[in-house]
This record gives sequence, structure tokens and C-alpha cells, in this order.
Amino acid sequence: MTETVVQGQQADRADPARSRRPQLDADWLRRNGVYVALAMLVVVDLFIVPNFASVATLRLNLLQVAPVVVVAMGMALVIGTGGIDLSVGSVMAIAAALIPLYIGYGTAPSILVAMIAGVLTGALAGTVVARVGVQPIVATLALLVAGRGIANLIGGRIRTVRDPGFRELGSGSIVGVPYVVLVAALVALAVWLFVGRTTTGRQLVAIGGNARASALAGIPVKRVLTTVYIVSGLLAAIAGILVTARLQASDPTRVGQLYELSAITAVVVGGSPLLGGQVRVLGTVAGALLIQLITFTLVARNVADEWAQIVQAVIVLLAVYVQLGRRSS
Amino acid sequence: MTQQAAQPHGPETPEPSRPPETPQPSAGRAGAARFAGLAQRQGALVVLLVLLLVASLRFDSFATLDNGRAVLVAASFLAVIALGQTFVILTGGIDLSVGSVFALGGILAAYGSTYNTLVAIVLPLAVCGLIGLVQGLIITRGGLEPFIVTLAGLLFARGLSLLVSDGGSTTYRVPVDSAFRQLSQGSILGVKNLIWIVVILYAIGTLLLRRTSYGPTVLAIGGQQDAAELMGLPVTRTKLVTYTASGVLAGFAGVLIASYISSGVTVLGVGTELDAIAAVVLGGTLLTGGAGTVLGTLVGVLLLRVIQNVLNQIPYLNSNWQAVVSGSILLAVVVAQRYLSRAQP
Amino acid sequence: MTESSDRSGRDSRSGRSIPHGGDHERGEHDGNDDVVLAVRGLTKSFGGVHALRGVDLTLRAGEVHALVGENGAGKSTLIKVLTGVYTPDEGDVSYLGSPVGFSRPAEAQDAGIATVYQEVNLVPLLSVASNIFLGREPKRRGLMDVRAMRTQARALVKSLGIEVDVDARLGSLGLGVQQMVALARAVSTESRVVIMDEPTSSLEPKEVATLFEVTRGLTRSGVAVVFVSHRLGELFDLCDHVTVLRDGRSVHEGPMADLGRVSLVSLMLGRDSSEVQEQGTTDFGDSHARDGRPVLSVSGVQVKNQLHDVAFTVRRGEVVGLGGLLGSGRSETVKAVYGDLTTQAADIEIDGARVKAGSVAASLAAGMALLSEDRKAEGIVPGLSVRDNIALAILPRMSKAGVVSDAKIDAVVKTFMERLQIKASSPRQKVSELSGGNQQKVLLARWLATEPKIFLLDEPTRGIDVGAKREVQSLIDELAADGLAVVLISSEMDELVEGSDRVVVLHDGSVVTELSGQGLTTSRLMGALAGGSPATPEPESTAVRTSPDNDPEQNRD
Repeated sequence: MTETVVQGQQADRADPARSRRPQLDADWLRRNGVYVALAMLVVVDLFIVPNFASVATLRLNLLQVAPVVVVAMGMALVIGTGGIDLSVGSVMAIAAALIPLYIGYGTAPSILVAMIAGVLTGALAGTVVARVGVQPIVATLALLVAGRGIANLIGGRIRTVRDPGFRELGSGSIVGVPYVVLVAALVALAVWLFVGRTTTGRQLVAIGGNARASALAGIPVKRVLTTVYIVSGLLAAIAGILVTARLQASDPTRVGQLYELSAITAVVVGGSPLLGGQVRVLGTVAGALLIQLITFTLVARNVADEWAQIVQAVIVLLAVYVQLGRRSS
Repeated sequence: MTQQAAQPHGPETPEPSRPPETPQPSAGRAGAARFAGLAQRQGALVVLLVLLLVASLRFDSFATLDNGRAVLVAASFLAVIALGQTFVILTGGIDLSVGSVFALGGILAAYGSTYNTLVAIVLPLAVCGLIGLVQGLIITRGGLEPFIVTLAGLLFARGLSLLVSDGGSTTYRVPVDSAFRQLSQGSILGVKNLIWIVVILYAIGTLLLRRTSYGPTVLAIGGQQDAAELMGLPVTRTKLVTYTASGVLAGFAGVLIASYISSGVTVLGVGTELDAIAAVVLGGTLLTGGAGTVLGTLVGVLLLRVIQNVLNQIPYLNSNWQAVVSGSILLAVVVAQRYLSRAQP
Repeated sequence: MTESSDRSGRDSRSGRSIPHGGDHERGEHDGNDDVVLAVRGLTKSFGGVHALRGVDLTLRAGEVHALVGENGAGKSTLIKVLTGVYTPDEGDVSYLGSPVGFSRPAEAQDAGIATVYQEVNLVPLLSVASNIFLGREPKRRGLMDVRAMRTQARALVKSLGIEVDVDARLGSLGLGVQQMVALARAVSTESRVVIMDEPTSSLEPKEVATLFEVTRGLTRSGVAVVFVSHRLGELFDLCDHVTVLRDGRSVHEGPMADLGRVSLVSLMLGRDSSEVQEQGTTDFGDSHARDGRPVLSVSGVQVKNQLHDVAFTVRRGEVVGLGGLLGSGRSETVKAVYGDLTTQAADIEIDGARVKAGSVAASLAAGMALLSEDRKAEGIVPGLSVRDNIALAILPRMSKAGVVSDAKIDAVVKTFMERLQIKASSPRQKVSELSGGNQQKVLLARWLATEPKIFLLDEPTRGIDVGAKREVQSLIDELAADGLAVVLISSEMDELVEGSDRVVVLHDGSVVTELSGQGLTTSRLMGALAGGSPATPEPESTAVRTSPDNDPEQNRD
């Protein structure tokens, strides 16, 4: 709001000198604050949390953060375009609800069905946002409400999933790395490549940065936006599958609750501006880890769990504020 | 919404006739535009009336006094929350914290009632109002988006209510002899106080919107904030008041429910912000702000609750349909709003 | 309309020194002079850039005072200082004889300075009556007196000679009526000064006439009016006095009647028409090689209220200038040709093949490129690197199966960074960190990378330093020499005259003349710009036009 958009002759004479020096600190903080905070917290935890430096601790934290990372990757893409996807938690629930229904056909088919469901919800959100032009927050809000209901209708109650493949996915590991963590890492890598290496990835960042200029440059804005919401839906479904595999049970009422908030927090804390134009994959992963570690630390120190939410709230605001400070400086 | 659009005879609101010298679109387009405006404003009412009619004919247990009372009671808490949300949305903002603040208000009220009735009412209102005020300050002074600020507020209030209730393990109960119970449960002229309160609040809300300069200021901010500033309207102050009021009202809804169920429960209010937003939008308020009515919101709330009630009447449907239906309706309404606002000049 | 307005214009001019009767209660602060508002040495800069440098303005009761100047001259900044949106860095504003410093729009309004903005600054979703009284609604027993508000609003619009239903939603009314409502709001506050910032830019001729009547009515009751317009005819019709701003300075102040059209235009543009006649100031514009075939032929371009049957052709290796004052439809023309503006009708052919109208993708594919005049809003993607900005429009061509080849991009980027001498620490530097001139070169590189046949350049040298400007100009020459067809828009006379082989002159959205060969001189062009048929303004809209002397300040407070 206090952004200085000075155009034409006046601005340009001032540009070269003005735009750099005073911003360096804030900008550096915005880009690297999350890593610094994460490193500091790890150091502090080494002292205050008993047995912190152990494989078990690492494993536990990574297992817990994995689904959040997967969802946050899709969220990072959506936020990169200047949008938001509140439906992710419900999409997770739909995916979770579908698995017990199709597990009879085998592990792979049930996973496939769940993923297709994610793609379809994403396509619906993308269409409403990109083609109809409804604000992303409302369009995905409606899907959040309806999606949870659909998940409950499909699944209803908690069902245990007794399937060897699923059990392996949820609790197995390869060279010590749990599959769940591996999937999350692969998703992060794929999104990183998508943003950095593909046409659509580059275009989505441009759209978030300046939609008008992108349209004039011939970028198919609607198609790219739709794709992004589809990817977000797909990743949310994958997260739902992971959570179900870990639980060895499908719980449509609870799976994915408040995941949209965690994902948004991870993205924002990771240094991506809410207004779009940047996708910081590594930052988002670090953001998710930071939030996870804060919760872990509080629990380990026997601080009431509820403080975690309050702390998270403050961190989100701080992160957004740091970004804002950069823009208006 | 398609059904809505197909309803040619909505309750007529007098449409302002156009001045003769304005460049007129063709008569057909003007008619279409007028209809579009009407559909947007009164669509929910039409759907509500049709639903009431159909449900009364279809289900014997629907059109009974008891059932009607149940619907009204169920609607009243949401109605109070949605009232505050209406004003926030009219300014072009959004308040995602209301669900959590509602729950917090309930817990604080139940906790306060163990001291006395005054504390039971004042404590939650003060705390919730403060949360709203702080959110408003961050939004106006800090220049942060309402969406993210109130999202953080959602987390904050939820954390706070868990703190107060020791992580949800302590459930405060309103003492049996407490006068606080009468706030919601008592009745005047055979009508529950709860209902009276909603009626009074909506009357005040309508008065504020239509008959004080606060109303037009809110609409101007939502309609064209730059213009409002250039016209010298108190933009910052009005927004602060609005977010504070939203916090107070959500807290008050918590007070009411604590009084009604005689205890404070933490699991309340999850997703209530969505219901509130849906009710406001269903009621014909533009999500982008600047246009809408208080009574429309009331209609939107009733519609949501009647749908819930009707779905409960259908034996082979369970309550999950409620979420599916309200989500679908919300989506349909915003899509329709989009097209309708394109149809209008 | 013309005669009557001329007459009353003169009436009020001669009547200025006569004390205004029926104005006693207002006149008490005036003292012995009828000066209402005096501005002396006003300076305002944004981030070290001067928007105003020592502006003077004297406003007398009962006059219509024209404030004119081209883009970036400082009109909007001046108005915003007067209305309390900005506080000046230096200089004095004295109002009714005492120094004032408004810090908020409300203060200026309360003091009696009302403003009618170019873009109607009212709330479209509210009723006419609400808009008029927003913020100061009539009250009864603490509540808004809706009935009184409507009655008063009705009386007010009637007294202004407007027929409008005060209960109608403002947005449902024509722009002209909206503008009149804005005026009604302005005068409802018992204002002593009414500032009108391009009030006519979206009005129909009939509405303009009404506006003029109302304005004259105001002056008769002693109100001082500041009138900003780009339509010369209107200025001469309505205004008594004129202050010309250029580059943030007031360069001329005097009676309107003392100026001719051409001298006014030359004051605005800072060129003495006789002096520049034949001599060039740049070495821009070698005569370009060209063959007879038109590459681009445009005809029958219709955009509602903006363009009327615009037609022109461009040949290979030719630079065709689009001339016209602000608001004449220059930018709209190139946008319509590029498919970025919805047209009612348009026939655009490239090499004889018709291009689908209204589709940017089709235009790009057919070999068109458009360098927009608004570098910030429609050009650069500030968060991206120089490299990514250059590659923006060619991503699909740089990819295989959806995967971008950075090697290919780097090669292209390297080529263009060298060719255009883009000064950046590396291709990875953020484009927002570059100077204006280098940003512009990045955008030129973006479009040249698409290997266009036709290059539409909208103000390619605006706001860049002298060195970069020269480079861009010689690049245009080079491109034309290489056989590119170029359409050039520039507000700078010299650039347009010297850089173009032909200049198509637009006026109020229509092509009025074409200058070429010996006929293409600055004075001829100036004459064509001033001429046209400005006495009867055509309807036009500014909805699409970005007015760079408005926008920069809009986002500040």
C-alpha cells in the first residue's frame, strides 16, 4: 500500500542508485531469515532438548513434516501466481477417503484413483479461478467446505487399511530413509525442477510477477493458472495418501485439518511473497521444517501444545511483515 | 443458483428508473441488467422461500413449531457472527478469525460465569474485541492483507482458547443457578431471548448501515477505497471499528452459546468462518465489498440452516451433505455473482 | 455551442475585474484583492526526483483558469498538493489571504477547495445522493436524514441543470452524468475553488456543453475554477487565464486570449515553432530503405468512444510515426492493432494475410511486437532477472517438450545484451535494479528476440537518460535498415519528425492527416496537432489510457 510505484521520467533517473543499498538488509533477511532461524533453533535444541541429536528425533520430525512439505509445494506454486489454495486439506481428506474403497483392486490402483480425484478438484478450482475469474480465496474456500463433506460422504468413519503395499509405504524405508520422507523429497525436487526448468514453471512465476506484462508477452495466462491449481490438487492428494499410509487407516473427518494453514505458513515463512512472483522451493521446505521443529521443541519442553499455534500465528505475521518492509523501503 | 436465475418473480424491490438523458443500452440489455441485479440481491430469499415451501409439503416433521424453533436457535449463533462479517466484507476485507474467536468467547464466558454473570459477558467481549482491534490495527497501520492477518488471528485465538481450557481438557460449566443461563435460555413473550437478541442486533446493524454515516463510509471503502480517501472519509478509523465489531460479535456469539449449552467447548467454531462468509455472500453482499445488506445476511444464515435441517429430514442423507451442499451453493453463488456483475453496466 | 461559449467566455473574461455582487459573506476574507489562491515557488520531489520545481499559480475569484502541460509536467502533483493529498517540500500556498498547509483531503475540502477528478472518484455502487453527501450526510436526531438528503440532492442536481434520479446507483449512469455528480458533490460544499482535472475526457459533446454551462454558473457566483484539459478547443472556449507547466515549472502565465493555438502547443512542448522549423536536434532518422509493399495494413479500426475508423499502412524498412496529443488515441491504436484492446471492427493484415483481431497470441505469431508505453505496469516483471525478462515472450520456442533450454536462452540473451549494450552486472541481475534506460533495452530485447516483422513502439525513449535515448533511436534506425516495419509513437516532436518517414496524425481517435517527405516538419506537425477539429470534442474514454503523470503519485501517501 505504501509501495512506491514511480513511473515515467521521474522514477527512472532515481532508479539505479535508490533501489539497491537501503534494501539489502531487509532483502537478505527475507531471503535467508528462515535458514538462520532454523539453524538457531537446531543449536538451541541441542542444549535444551534431551537426546535431540539422534536419528530417532530426526526421523520423527521428518516423518511428521513430510505431508506438510508435499502440500506446501503445491501451495508455493499457487502463491507464486498470486493466488491461494485453501482446499488442500479437504482434497487430502477426499484422497484418504477413496483409498479404502479401491484398495481391493491393489495398492497402485487405489493410489491412482486418489490422485485422479486430486487432479479433478484442482481442475475445478483452476477453472473457477482462471476462466470465471472468481477470487482464489473464495473459490477454494467453497471447495474446502464441500470437499470435506464429500470426503465424509465417501469415507465416513475411520477405516483401517490392511494392505501390505500400503503398510510398506507408510512404515517402510530404504537405506534408513522412510518412503514417506523420500516421496516428500522427490516431490520437492520435482517442483524445484518444474519451476526452474519448464516453460510452464517459468511462466507461472512471470504471471505472479506481472500478469499484465505476461499476457502482453503472449503467455497463456488462463492455461498456466489452471495447470497450477491442478498440480496443487494432485500434491494435496499425494499428501493425503501419505498420511493414510502412515496411519494405516483412512480418517476423512480429520485428515488434512488445518493443513492449508500449515502450508501457507511454510510458504510465507520460507520467504515467498504472498503477492506472487516468486516460488522458493528450498525456503518453503525450510519453512515447513521450522514450524515442525518449533512444535516439536515446545512439546519436548512440555510447553502446552496450544502455544505452538500462537507462536505460529506470530511467525506468519512477522514473515509477511518482513516482506512488506522490503517492498516499501 | 441456476434455479434462482430461472425464477422470474422475485420479491420486487423498486428499481431506480434511469434518467431519460443517460445514454441507454438497448431495452433488452437494460432489462437483463436489472434482472441480474435483482437476482444477485434477492436470489437467496427466493431460494429460501421455495425451499421452505417444498420442505413443508414434502416432510411432515418440517413445518412444525418445534422444528421452526430448532432452526432459529441453530441459526442465531451464526447470525451474530455473520453480522460482523457482513460489515468486514462490505469494506472489502475478510475476517477468517471469527470461528476461533467464537470458540474463545464461549470458553471465556463459561469460565467467567464461575465468578458472576457480569464477568461472563464482559470478559469475552473485551478479549474478543481486543483481538479484533489488534487485527484491525495490523491491517490498517501495518498494511498487511486482511486475509493473512485474520488467518494468524484464527491460529492465535484457537491457541488462546486451548490455553484457557488447559488444552481442551477443562470444560468450564455454567453454574446451575447462574443468571447467565437466562441470557440465551430465558424467553420473553414466549420467544427465546436468543432470538430477540438476534432481532435487535440486526435492527441495529440495519440502522448503522442505512441511517448513520458509518454505513455509507463502509460501503464507500469497499466500493472504491481511493475515492473514499480522496473524499476525506475516515477510512482507517472505520476499518478499525469494523474489525473490532467483528471480534466483539463473534465473541458475543460465543457468550450466547455458552449460556445456551451452559458450558464452554473448545471444538466449537471450526469452519464457522466459512459458514459466516458463505451466509454473507449468499445474502447478496459482494465479496469484493461495497454493496450488500444486513438483512440479506440473515436470509443467507437462515438458508444455510434450513438446508441443514432439510437434509436432516431426509433419512438416507447424513449431515455431511450439509457441507457439500453449502460448499456447492457458495461456489455457485460466487460464480453467479461474477457473471451477474458482468451483465450489469 | 461554440458561439455561445465563446461569448460567455469573453463575458467572464472582461468581467473578472468587476467585483462580484451577491457574494458578500464570502468576500470578507478577500481583503482588497480578488485573489483566492496564490501558489509561490512550490517544490515537491519524490525520492529525489523533482515533480514540481518552483511552480507559481495565481487564482482569482470568478475566473476559469486553465492548467496545461504534457505528461509529467506536474499538473497532477500540483493539484494533489492543493487538495491536501501531498504536502509540498518547499513553497507557499496562500488561500483567502492566509497561508495554508493541508495535510489531508478532508482539510482542503472543509476549507472550500473541491476537486473533480479525471477518473470519476466516486463510489459506483452507491446512489447519486449518497455520493453527493458522503461524509457529511444531513442528520436528524443523530441519524442520517435520508429524506432530507434526497431532497437536497435533488435540488442540487436540478440547480446544476442535470436531470438525474438521485436514487439511481451511480455506476448505472453514463460517465458524463457521473462526472456531473462529482461536480455536484464539489459544489455542494460551498466551495470557493473548484479544481477540475480533465473533467471532459470521457464526456460526450452534449455533456461537455452542460459542464461548461455549470462551470460558468459557478464563476458567476464568484467561485474560482482550475480547469485541466488536453483538448485545446475547450481551453479556448472556456478559460480566461492559463498557466502552462513544463517539467515541473510554470513557464507561462497570462490571459488565454493572448495565446494562439500553436503558441500554446509550443509552450507546452517547449519548442519555439519558428525556431525549430527546419533544423534537426538529433541525428535520428537516416532515410530508411524501403520497398513498395506494405507489411502491415490497418483499416477500419473501431473502438467504442476511442477510435474511429483508423487506417494506415507500414512498409518494409519504414518508420511510420503516430502523432497526436495526449488522449488522441495513439496508444489505443497500437494496442488495438496488437489485439490487446477489444475492437468493434478492425481489419489488420500482415503481408496480405488477415490477423485475427483481439488476440495477442495471434498477433505475436504473425510477427508483431508491442513495446508498451507503461514500462512498469505492462513491461518488466520486476522480480525476475534480466535474462528471464528477455526470454519471457520466447519461452515456448526455447523449450523442448515443455523443458526450457537454458543454453539456448543464454545464447539469445547474450546476443541481445551485447547488441543493445544492456548494462547489468550479470544476466541474473534483477531487472528492477537496472536504470530506466537499461530496463527499456531489456524490453526491446524481449521483443526483438521474437524476431518480429512489425515493431510497434509506444514512447520507446520516454523516461530514459540521454545516452540510452540516443542508443534506442539509432537502434530504431538500424532495425528499419534491416527491413523491419516500425510504428513509432512519441510525444517528442523532434523524435517523431526526425525518426519517422511518415507521420500519421491522430486527433480524438481519428486520423486527421498524414505528413511525409518535405511536408514532415516540426511546425507542420505542431500545426496538425493543434488543428484537427477540436471545437467539437469527440467522445473518447480514458479508461485504457494510462496517464503517467497521474499514476506515479497515486500510490503514494
